[in-house]
Amino acid sequence: MLYFPKWKIIAILTVIVLGVLYSIPSITPRSFLDTLPDWLPKRSVTLGLDLQGGLHLLMHVEVDSVIKERLDSIVEGVRAELRKANVLYRNLGLRGQAVSVTINRPEDIQRARDIVAQIETGTNVTIEGDRLTIAFTEQTIRDIKSAVVSQSAEIVRLRIDETGTKDPTIQRQGDDRILLQLPGVNDPERIKRLLNTTAKMTFHLMCDQPSDGNNIPVGCFQAASGEAQRDGRNLPTDYVLRRRVEVSGDRLVDAQPSFDQRTGEPVVSFRFDRQGAKQFGDVTVANVNKPFAIVLDNKVISAPVIREPIMGGSGQISGNFQVKEAQDLALLLRAGALPAPVTFLEERTVGPDLGSDSIYAGTIACIIGYALIVLLMIAAYGVFGIVANIALLLNLSFTLAIMAAFGATLTLPGIAGMVLGLAMAVDANVLIYERMREESDRGRSVFPAVDAAFQRAYGTILDSNVTTLIAGILLYIFGSGPVRGFAVTLAIGIICSMFTAVTATKLMCFAWVSWLKPKTLPV
Amino acid sequence: MAFRGFRILRAVPNLDYFRFHKLCFAISIFLCVASVVSLATRGLNFGVDFAGGILIEARKTTPVDMAAVRAKVNALNLGDISLQEFGGPTDILLRVQSQGDEKAEMAAVQKIRETLGSEFSYERVEVVGPRVGKELIRDGVLAIVFALAGIMAYMAFRFSWRAGLSGVVAILHDCLTTVGLFSVMGLQFDLNTVAAVVTIAGFSINDTVVIDDRIRENTRLYKTMDFRELINLSVNQTMARTLMTNGLVLLSTVALLVFGGPLLFGLSFALLWGVIAGTYSTIYVAAPMEWYLAARGRAHVSAAEAEGAHTHS
Repeated sequence: MLYFPKWKIIAILTVIVLGVLYSIPSITPRSFLDTLPDWLPKRSVTLGLDLQGGLHLLMHVEVDSVIKERLDSIVEGVRAELRKANVLYRNLGLRGQAVSVTINRPEDIQRARDIVAQIETGTNVTIEGDRLTIAFTEQTIRDIKSAVVSQSAEIVRLRIDETGTKDPTIQRQGDDRILLQLPGVNDPERIKRLLNTTAKMTFHLMCDQPSDGNNIPVGCFQAASGEAQRDGRNLPTDYVLRRRVEVSGDRLVDAQPSFDQRTGEPVVSFRFDRQGAKQFGDVTVANVNKPFAIVLDNKVISAPVIREPIMGGSGQISGNFQVKEAQDLALLLRAGALPAPVTFLEERTVGPDLGSDSIYAGTIACIIGYALIVLLMIAAYGVFGIVANIALLLNLSFTLAIMAAFGATLTLPGIAGMVLGLAMAVDANVLIYERMREESDRGRSVFPAVDAAFQRAYGTILDSNVTTLIAGILLYIFGSGPVRGFAVTLAIGIICSMFTAVTATKLMCFAWVSWLKPKTLPV
Repeated sequence: MAFRGFRILRAVPNLDYFRFHKLCFAISIFLCVASVVSLATRGLNFGVDFAGGILIEARKTTPVDMAAVRAKVNALNLGDISLQEFGGPTDILLRVQSQGDEKAEMAAVQKIRETLGSEFSYERVEVVGPRVGKELIRDGVLAIVFALAGIMAYMAFRFSWRAGLSGVVAILHDCLTTVGLFSVMGLQFDLNTVAAVVTIAGFSINDTVVIDDRIRENTRLYKTMDFRELINLSVNQTMARTLMTNGLVLLSTVALLVFGGPLLFGLSFALLWGVIAGTYSTIYVAAPMEWYLAARGRAHVSAAEAEGAHTHS
């Protein structure tokens, strides 16, 4: 391979120009970028939150609570259907992840089985003596979980969008997790508060029958008061409400924070869709002068008395709020309810200062390290040392360009991977040049020595790069988070070095040798 | 062109690397055993990434009254806490032990934020639940095990199973002593340290492959040469490259250690040790071990294998 065909030279130069062009956005400031014409690439490398600052939040979606809710509703269904069909039963209830009921008369069992099988699709009914067990099939459970998690992720996205955060990343992770990454956010408590409420809102009437405190009448339930008791007003601590949901928060089309026209206190105004407006109208017509409880996540936020029928489908909630609370509640109602509660497994916040401090220190360290390598390479290999340094710069810019093009994120461990990639690129050049010396010491003249060096060193470089690449790929597949960040930059760096440290270096060395026709090697 | 670069070695050295190989084996075995013992008895100073818990780095505009902050945080009864200055008198680093479960942890961090108040700005807050910590350890270990298996398989395919095994033993030696060093010195072991350990493994294997490659080349050139001599020759021939590359990497690692700031300290310290260990283990662990595995110097065995192996030009 003593000479490069023209097409090859053009191809190599084209790749170099493209690589450099695509890396420009990542290494120049935004202001410079804006002055460039639009046809140039503008995409820069995304910095990880550890370098950029922001909030990283890993959430677990309590999918089991949804399964339990669904089973609870099956219990209610079984109760109603069996009664309707005059099947006598006992011991109806949850047993682990299934509903279990005992049928009193053996002759009813087959009939009961057929009835309960109709209640929910995707269930399996098994008979064991006189007992029926109704459970979801594995497939149904998987489907429910998957639906709940994607729905939750969607609601999380809506809520985050409402806060006006720029460039949020919301990803499903594993079976039941959502990863949220918010660059630039440094008030994690507010975000957590927003996500910690499922925001299921329902409207209930008060229970008619009096309760004596211990016994709650059938069809009713007890709910704590969630109203903020700031001004010492005497409010009931618990309400006994009818179980029946008169209107559900699902029917809301809008909710906005505003101020009550009479009292001036912060309230949340809301508007129902057509069906919700009708339901709301019907209830208020029939129940004038009775209290109507607004329940959020099983807490009564307020229970105003209906003064007159409300027909327009809009109303307001006055829960003795502060302005910020009214704003957040309106936001939650607008975005909709989470299908299941979430718990936070992991929170990492990096302030913008630390991010830039660590970038600064890291950059200084890298520049000094790089300068040392550049100087020593020139000292050891002369012109070819300069060639190696150009190749090294190309490697750095190619790595950034590829990361930017694929939208990969650069993190602190990622920088470690990049450094190892650069070290291996330097090693490739050192291998080639030391080989040149060996060949030259064996008495070969300049051209054959250079040629032999590239040929011989190529095998070694390929072997060491492929070995490391295999390790990098396996680390990416089996690793998580930071290990992956490391593996990505390492793999990209190594692949780039096959081009920059071998092909591009070779072209430059050959160009130098064939133009100047030196008698001795510069190395 | 009159300029000729300096040569780190004037000529190919003629050293016998087996002269001290038993001593080196003894040293390596001692270091590995010491690492294992330290890991078993002292364990690792796991950061919140793995142990779970809370880490807060906060900054004030005026110097911090450490005693007052300590008293305030202690009053929250959150178990073990460690409070120290970080970088300067206006910065603190607070670590709180795992609170048992995720909900308790999130509640605790909220309490701490309320207690410290608004005069602090938070540079970094990490809250990791015990579940996540365990998974991170599992994923990390799994990834490294598979990566090592992949390396061994590829080296066995390209060179010989002896080279693969020796290479992986050398990597394990480097990683184990690095982790052991962290254990002995009580340095904090977190996700960045894992990244460093993986980097060390990559560096070490690169070094080993270069010499194995030369061994393979020489096996073809000198078919009757004693395997021990052959290894010596290969190490000597690549010595200039080893000193040059590893010297460059060592220098930039020192630069990272000196100028990289407190955040990169653990990472660069691990790398520094790894570069030294990686260079040493290639010559004094992998190479002699390959010789032992090759039934002590039956060069023709390797030669025959190299003939049959897939070759390139």
